[in-house]
Amino acid sequence: MTSVPLLNGSGCLDALASPEVAQQLDAFVTKTITPLQREGNPRARIAETEHGMLNSIGLQGPGIDRFVDNALPQLAALGVPLWVSVGGFSADDFSEVCGRLDNQDVVGTIELNLSCPNVDEAPETSAELVAAARAATAKPLYAKLSPASSNIADAARAVVAAGADGLTLVNTIRGLALDPQTLRPKLARTVGGYSGPALKPVALACVFACANAVDVPIVGLGGVQTGLDGLELVAAGASVVALGTVLFTDPAAPARIRAELEAEAGRRGFPQPGDARGVARKTAELQQF
Amino acid sequence: MNPVLRRELVAVAGTEQIGPYTLLRVARGEIDPGVPGQFFMCEAPGRVLPRPMSLCLAPAGELAFLIDPIGPGTRALCALASGDLLHILGPLGNGFDLGVERPLLVGGGIGIAPLPYLSAALGEPPAILGFRTAHHAEAAALVPNAEVVIEPTYVTAALPDDPGDVLACGPEPMLEALRVLFPSAQLAWEAPMACGYGACYGCVVENDGHLERLCIEGPVLRAA
Repeated sequence: MTSVPLLNGSGCLDALASPEVAQQLDAFVTKTITPLQREGNPRARIAETEHGMLNSIGLQGPGIDRFVDNALPQLAALGVPLWVSVGGFSADDFSEVCGRLDNQDVVGTIELNLSCPNVDEAPETSAELVAAARAATAKPLYAKLSPASSNIADAARAVVAAGADGLTLVNTIRGLALDPQTLRPKLARTVGGYSGPALKPVALACVFACANAVDVPIVGLGGVQTGLDGLELVAAGASVVALGTVLFTDPAAPARIRAELEAEAGRRGFPQPGDARGVARKTAELQQF
Repeated sequence: MNPVLRRELVAVAGTEQIGPYTLLRVARGEIDPGVPGQFFMCEAPGRVLPRPMSLCLAPAGELAFLIDPIGPGTRALCALASGDLLHILGPLGNGFDLGVERPLLVGGGIGIAPLPYLSAALGEPPAILGFRTAHHAEAAALVPNAEVVIEPTYVTAALPDDPGDVLACGPEPMLEALRVLFPSAQLAWEAPMACGYGACYGCVVENDGHLERLCIEGPVLRAA
């Protein structure tokens, strides 16, 4: 009997602004922390589309010094296990921030944001960034990958070989929304990260491919609106489910989705949601014969 | 601070057409209407994200929102009918400071939305409202003691030399003009937002040289 922990997607919740939402989760994932303070991108930063939304926040954040000094003690006081999302623009950045977090007992897990669609990419490969982080900390490392990878299974193998202990699948995928009147981009930085219900099939395919490729735990996220959405990610191979855009519409989503997840699993004969893990893969194997 | 963030499912009590705008009235239930200038996230049927709406009026047993149907979300809200159900979350953000001695309300266009509730809370002080057309200006009937100007005349032309305590909501150029003229003014700003409670970082505005979340720091900000 295996339960399925629920997290938030990084950048989809501020636990200090709304602790009662974070306290519904099994762990809280911070917004991405970079070495230096960042103001983020100019507005307009968000745009709704027919089946999802775009965001272009641009990793607004306090930088590692202020995060450790100010936010971390307050986050520790919430009593919720803590994952810190780490980002940067070079292997040195990842190494620096992970090194600063390594001796912080309250930090349970580090998630490496290797896939923000709204800032410049580091010149190194994802595997090199993971290796740099691995050398800087003994904490569990989860690599958050982009669904835009041409072969995400290969990307998963590479980051696991470089020292990742788990995967977070998926980040947003780059998208563009135009104002219907002016036909100009709605977002100040033109493109943004696409999330919401439309991302679910993309996330399912990525989780499914990576669960076949590597033997590490997977946090599945992308378009989860209901418990059944979460159960599908588990069936594709995820052992943890994270909530993103749904938190924007419903701050009570974690409690609701947890209850729905258990009910939907039970309805299908699984004692716990986690018992459905990988069911989609087994079915697919059977259908090949 | 907001006690518990929980959406409530409410029923539409009725809608009224006021010029080009729709006044959407919903059953209040146990929901606290909050301070004038605070807002609610209103579920827009068929859309991914809710829409932020400042409270316009709080009649007995109801909450009322004044909505300009300018996009798919606001059009869906304006198309609601009596008995339809929608989720609302709020009140959110920081409203107006009501500890003022000589209040003057200033509003422009759909920005008059929070002023009827504010006017009631302050004992119906004088107001100056600006609109694009006479049709839009029909909404001035919601605000007692209002002087109305219509473009090309702007509200700034109708302001007295010593306006007292300015409390304003309207289009950004209007608020920017008031910010320069009256550093102590309380200005209610607007920004697209996904969540309304500090999670998405979508609604930032520049404040003291930094980008701050309007839903947390505002929507009512001091001019200086």
